[in-house]
Amino acid sequence: MRHLLTLRETSESDIRFLLDTATALKEILQRPVKKVPTLRGRAMVTCFYENSTRTRTSFEMAAKIMSAEAINIAVAQSSVAKGESLKDTVRTLQALQADCLVVRHPSSGAAHFIASQVRIPVVNAGDGRHEHPTQGLLDLFTIRQIKGELQGLEVAIVGDIAHSRVARSNIWGLTRMGARVRLVGPRTLLPADVDRLPVQVYTDLRSGLEGVDVVNVLRLQTERMEKGLLPSLREYSRLFGISVQSLRVARPDVLVLHPGPMNRGVEISDEVADGACGVRSAVEEQVTNGVAVRMAVLYLLMGGGGMSGQD
Amino acid sequence: MRKVLTGGRVIDPSQDLDRAADVVIEGDRIAGIVAPGEAVGDAARIDVRGKVVTPGLIDMHVHLREPGFEYKEDIESGTRAAASGGFTRVCCMPNTRPAIDTAATVRFVLERAAQVGAARVHPIGAATRDMQGDVLTEMAELKAAGVVAISDDAFPLQNAETLRRVMEYCAMLDLPLLTHNEDRALTHRGAMNEGYTATVMGVPGMPRVAEDIAAARNILMAGCTGCRLHLLHISTAGTVALLRQAKQQGLPVTGEACPHHWVLTEEACQGYNTDAKMNPPLRTPEDCQAIREGLADGTIDCIVTDHAPHAEHEKRVEFDAAPFGIIGLETSFALVYTTLVRPGLLTLPEAIARMTVAPARVLRLPDGAGTLRPGALADITVLDLDAVWQVDRDRMVSRSKNTPFHGMELQGRVVCTLLGGQVVPVERPE
Repeated sequence: MRHLLTLRETSESDIRFLLDTATALKEILQRPVKKVPTLRGRAMVTCFYENSTRTRTSFEMAAKIMSAEAINIAVAQSSVAKGESLKDTVRTLQALQADCLVVRHPSSGAAHFIASQVRIPVVNAGDGRHEHPTQGLLDLFTIRQIKGELQGLEVAIVGDIAHSRVARSNIWGLTRMGARVRLVGPRTLLPADVDRLPVQVYTDLRSGLEGVDVVNVLRLQTERMEKGLLPSLREYSRLFGISVQSLRVARPDVLVLHPGPMNRGVEISDEVADGACGVRSAVEEQVTNGVAVRMAVLYLLMGGGGMSGQD
Repeated sequence: MRKVLTGGRVIDPSQDLDRAADVVIEGDRIAGIVAPGEAVGDAARIDVRGKVVTPGLIDMHVHLREPGFEYKEDIESGTRAAASGGFTRVCCMPNTRPAIDTAATVRFVLERAAQVGAARVHPIGAATRDMQGDVLTEMAELKAAGVVAISDDAFPLQNAETLRRVMEYCAMLDLPLLTHNEDRALTHRGAMNEGYTATVMGVPGMPRVAEDIAAARNILMAGCTGCRLHLLHISTAGTVALLRQAKQQGLPVTGEACPHHWVLTEEACQGYNTDAKMNPPLRTPEDCQAIREGLADGTIDCIVTDHAPHAEHEKRVEFDAAPFGIIGLETSFALVYTTLVRPGLLTLPEAIARMTVAPARVLRLPDGAGTLRPGALADITVLDLDAVWQVDRDRMVSRSKNTPFHGMELQGRVVCTLLGGQVVPVERPE
């Protein structure tokens, strides 16, 4: 495996290897001096065609902790504004001797396209509504860390499935690791032929949450309402908002995840977001784990060893 | 000067003819079809033993890109690609720059074609000025200048009121309206068929019902206005059914299909293959099957290519950003032969009919287009049914290479065309 573009195309052994590596690397984050020389002399370039301070910062942290150079291309200031094609931009970055490209792009498949144009490893940091594999990995990592094992878990992904790259990466990653996935959301936010995915589909939150071990709450983009996909945030919150009350049908030790940033009071209540009232919320641990997972990805792609070599 | 094509199997569906015969050409016209060896007198003999001789193939739906987009294709390269695909006539869509929306542009296209064309060109006029969907074009002048039809291809009329006025004008002038059937409110931002493949790829979808709703509306409006309506590039089972129903009701409606819509499915888009991105998009196996059946039972009148060249730098981009369209002129006959005739869905004469006399009738083309009757222009296609070949995107005559059929092995190949009695050799770029 030369790139990390999707979890759909990542084998179980590669996922397991990445999660195990992240577990080992996470220890570095707890040290007083968070620096190891592992990737000294390597340069990671992040190229974000969509704003995302948290994901970009997470990659930068991961690279810097391992002593790699982290160079950020702010797209608005770059040649993109001059009309340069994506192909020319990424070839230029390669010619500048970048060792790895981390790309976020609004177009689904953009990471695949870039990978076809360059020789260096490409990490997909989110492409359109397609995949966000490092988010998927950090969700798997967080669940495994808290629950011990992914195999056999019942995981509900709740919200705007249709437009969510987080949902797609979770679906493939979780099912590959033996978890059962439920998708819960209003019909207008479920993608076409959703029942052909390896999931169970619910449009009723109560039955969707019944007996689940984990709830992954998706961020609701408020523009969905303007596009006529939802009547109001108020109704959405009543029907699909995750609250202490709606979690009552889940297992007592249910774990709540959210990729952030959260719309408190819309898709997730204050209490659940903060892990109050006995709810196990892992939102902040997800952020920390994100750094560990991205360290693992950069290490395996830039460290020279490649992955487990089974691909 | 007399010429005789000797020793071939002559198929002319316009006269229900399929037999071993010689075709006699006098000057630029067909003089007659005679029994093998019976042509008398002094004549240049062209040996076509073992080959099939048909009226020159007609593709009533191509984009030649000139004027305005000559880097994709122009009238010279496009008609050379047409000739290499066995076509002696093509009808070019008006989405050029400027659009074919004035008599001056029509005359320009016809003049260029007369100067450099390796096939005859019939322009199709825009329905509204600059294809903006607002103001009607001067259709009477367009017709006088030589357009054979009016079309909103690439910019489907969304407003039903505008559609009605366009159809009334077309009916008055006895011009067919060719509609691209798409309700854009339903396909907004879509880049491929809506369904499982698009869901997995995360690509915004274009639902099949968007085509069916527009086709149904257009058929209803044709019934209201008496306008002759032709449904362009049918891609869904639903629209095939609507066309069948319209014909049963006796409405003046015809339709066409492109090989890619019955040979390929949405799965060809996997890997974000922009050479499989066109509009209407590749659909499902059920739709392919319905189109094959529609062709077999005569519901779908014509086979066309929707030849839509785009440059490499336009197609080698993110899937969303790539333009819609694929080239098709050089693969069309072989795809028809390999996927419809050889499996027994259509006889060879039925297939040839959908590529000759059928489009000639839909558009009422002049000069004996689509027939080998005496007096018709000697536009002829010679086919080798035994030739097996592999599609190679790097060996296309078209200026553009955007074919989804690269690498596919096909049977049936064009030997040459005759245009007004003159042999146009097939080009085989190395």
